[in-house]
Amino acid sequence: MSSDVRFTDFKSDKQPTWCPGCGDFGTMNGMMKALANTGNDPDNTFVVAGIGCSGKIGTYMHSYALHGVHGRALPVGCGVKIANPDLEVMVAGGDGDGYSIGAGHFVHAVRRNVDMTYVVMDNRIYGLTKGQASPTSREDFETSTSPDGPKQPPVNPLALAHAAGATFIAQSFSSDAQRHAEIVQEAIEHDGFGFVNVFSPCVTFNDVDTYDYFRDSLVDLAETDHDPSDEQQAKEVIMDGETEHMGVIYQDDDSVPFNELHGVTENMAEIPDGAPDGAMDLVREFY
Amino acid sequence: MAEDLNWAIGGEAGDGIDSTGKIFAQAQSRAGRHVFTSKDFASRIRGGYTAYKIRSSTDRVQSVVNRLDVLVALTQRTIDENLDELHDGSVVVYDGERSWEAEIPGDITGVDVPLKSLAEDAGGAIMRNVVALGAVCAIVDFPVEKLDEALEKRFGGKGEKIVENNKTAARKGADYVEEEYDGFDYSLETTDSDYVLLNGDEAIGMGAIAAGCRFYAGYPITPATDVMEYLTGRIDQFGGHVVQAEDELSAINMALGAARAGARSMTATSGPGIDLMTETFGLVATSETPLVICDVMRAGPSTGMPTKQEQGDLNSLLYGGHGEIPRFVIAPTTISECFHKTIEAFNLAEQYQTPVYLVADLSMAVTEQTFAPEEFDMDAVEIDRGKVVDDDSIDHYLDEQDRFQPHYDAADGVSPRAFPGTDGGAHMSTGLEHDELGRRTEDTDERIDQVEKRQRKVETAKQEEDWSYRDYGDPDADTLVISWGSNEGAIVEAMDALQSEGTDVRFLSVPYIFPRPDLSEEIEAAERTVVVECNAQGQFADLIEHDVLERVQRVTKFDGVRFDADELADAIRDVVDGSAAADEVTA
Repeated sequence: MSSDVRFTDFKSDKQPTWCPGCGDFGTMNGMMKALANTGNDPDNTFVVAGIGCSGKIGTYMHSYALHGVHGRALPVGCGVKIANPDLEVMVAGGDGDGYSIGAGHFVHAVRRNVDMTYVVMDNRIYGLTKGQASPTSREDFETSTSPDGPKQPPVNPLALAHAAGATFIAQSFSSDAQRHAEIVQEAIEHDGFGFVNVFSPCVTFNDVDTYDYFRDSLVDLAETDHDPSDEQQAKEVIMDGETEHMGVIYQDDDSVPFNELHGVTENMAEIPDGAPDGAMDLVREFY
Repeated sequence: MAEDLNWAIGGEAGDGIDSTGKIFAQAQSRAGRHVFTSKDFASRIRGGYTAYKIRSSTDRVQSVVNRLDVLVALTQRTIDENLDELHDGSVVVYDGERSWEAEIPGDITGVDVPLKSLAEDAGGAIMRNVVALGAVCAIVDFPVEKLDEALEKRFGGKGEKIVENNKTAARKGADYVEEEYDGFDYSLETTDSDYVLLNGDEAIGMGAIAAGCRFYAGYPITPATDVMEYLTGRIDQFGGHVVQAEDELSAINMALGAARAGARSMTATSGPGIDLMTETFGLVATSETPLVICDVMRAGPSTGMPTKQEQGDLNSLLYGGHGEIPRFVIAPTTISECFHKTIEAFNLAEQYQTPVYLVADLSMAVTEQTFAPEEFDMDAVEIDRGKVVDDDSIDHYLDEQDRFQPHYDAADGVSPRAFPGTDGGAHMSTGLEHDELGRRTEDTDERIDQVEKRQRKVETAKQEEDWSYRDYGDPDADTLVISWGSNEGAIVEAMDALQSEGTDVRFLSVPYIFPRPDLSEEIEAAERTVVVECNAQGQFADLIEHDVLERVQRVTKFDGVRFDADELADAIRDVVDGSAAADEVTA
């Protein structure tokens, strides 16, 4: 890894097709800054992207990357990291990818606690399919497929992560460039599964959860006396239905990531030209 | 063939039928007898009829037959279920002290052994099945000491005392029969050979480790779970790991991720899991990721009959997934071939950066068979990782702007791979159509180039690799039998029976479903062709028929734009004029 990596090294030569003003620009910039600040470079970084507007991020960043099937980005990231723990793995997707079609994988990826970072661009809407309700849309949010609102409570992704045993839970805002990059950096540095839910407004289809709304309502936990290592305090923030928070909400300092826990330390890509030493013992076992 | 003995133990699930059968199978294997086992079981943990059957001989045995010589019956249902296989001279061992009264037909010898009481004398009623094994040793004239090693293997982990009690239990059973009965016609010949005994799932797992597989992700499902259980713990000794995923969707995506990281990676499942994995199958192929996906077939559709045999997934494996997906489908025909074909599957996957379906079936997966250990020659294992670049050689594969081209449009269709961590190799892979750099494209020329590139890999493989079959019997026979999968053993033994009646048959056992050998000449040479397979529709038979049909000319288009009338007129005119390539016109 070279020490002179700049965050723009993580930019590909493809111009984003996101709508002008889309929150995803800021979300991506913060991810790139955090990667550069933590000493990574594009050749040791693996980005896994989901499907949707957010899923295009793999195309606009420069690194090893896979843009996969809708909702399955987390299992891909787990496979990459377990197979080669030397890589920096970052998974990025949207609220539909992570909390709807991929909700099952989210819960289990959290439990598995593989040392990687999961950035969810939460705009509380389906953007690429032109404005339908997402799992984080408000109960009364009117869309083309829910003219009177979804009439079901939004998923609380922070609570879902906590219930599954998350070791790092954070929330950030794409428009607050510095704080967003700092929070993602803390997720990268966390020994285990670093989960960051990013408010990343959709300027085209969501006129409720806007930049102004988040600017006016967000409370930065860094400006309070919140202690992320205190699980009770974290629970109160997570279950606070009144206030939107950003910052590191919970971090388990005793977290032991998957590879370390299971003694999986080698780069699995490296294998001999023939059967491994000791393979004949496998045959003898069948006597 | 030397005389065979057909033995079974049956009772309720939870009676320890499986482990008891395995002890007797191992004992015979170590005593130089060839063994072939089969299981009747239900998908439940307790209750319901279950049986473990062993056919053995000093010659190779590779099938079950419908004759039972010695039966240990722990329930009346065991006798009822097997009535049609019992014959004049069969022996049934039962425990007359149990609550049921055995009803045994007249020409069958009943041997009443107080299994439970003798087991209690030896240290515990739990050993009644081992008492029965001892009794069987006396009936078939097999030295009871030859059970010892198998008992040590089975119970060694539970301490010396337990092992000794079991040895005592076996001897009590043998002594009882020798004292109370005489005049049995059976004598189990032993030899100096020493065989290994394993099932198809284990052979696949062992083949995977030999082939350098280091990552396995799976979700438990009958009858593929044994692959996962075999690898768990063992693969770790070689630097690998098994992950139990939350579902099959996750399993294949984890395996895909590990493969993208450069690991030889696999998953195994059965039909219902294949349905789920099909979602990701197209991504594996389009991103040109080497992956081995093992389908251990069971009776479908839907939940079907989870513990019963069927070869019904063939069409699903050949055609499953939307769009057109290049793939290899290979199906080992014997348990030892499960080992060899698994190694081959990993090499094919990496050489051609294409997913490989490795297809086994339930009866092969859970059947144990003896082999000479030399059949699993680890020194002969060769690993071919295909085109992989490193920090130095990558320079040859960069474009004029020094960008790595993971989907370089090579003449043979096979582009280079750069494992993550390789300097200068950072690149994107995607399920979207892409250019040579891996970036999304909808450009019609680039689309055509990439579709043809992926297809060309398969054409290259057809040319470069050996897609042959195993040829049995008389090559000039009028009757040609063709089959695939685990039917080989039963067909070979059936041929022996037919030959003794004067009927000669030629049999082609085909392990390659796609690509597959062209059998037109063999079919032409025979008077009649029979395709044997374990399904209702004859899916492989359809393929064989398809292969010998008259060829039609094709007009195709796949650049993402619909046909227009003018180009269709042109294309058809070219066909009529004969100016188009013989078999294909691209509009």
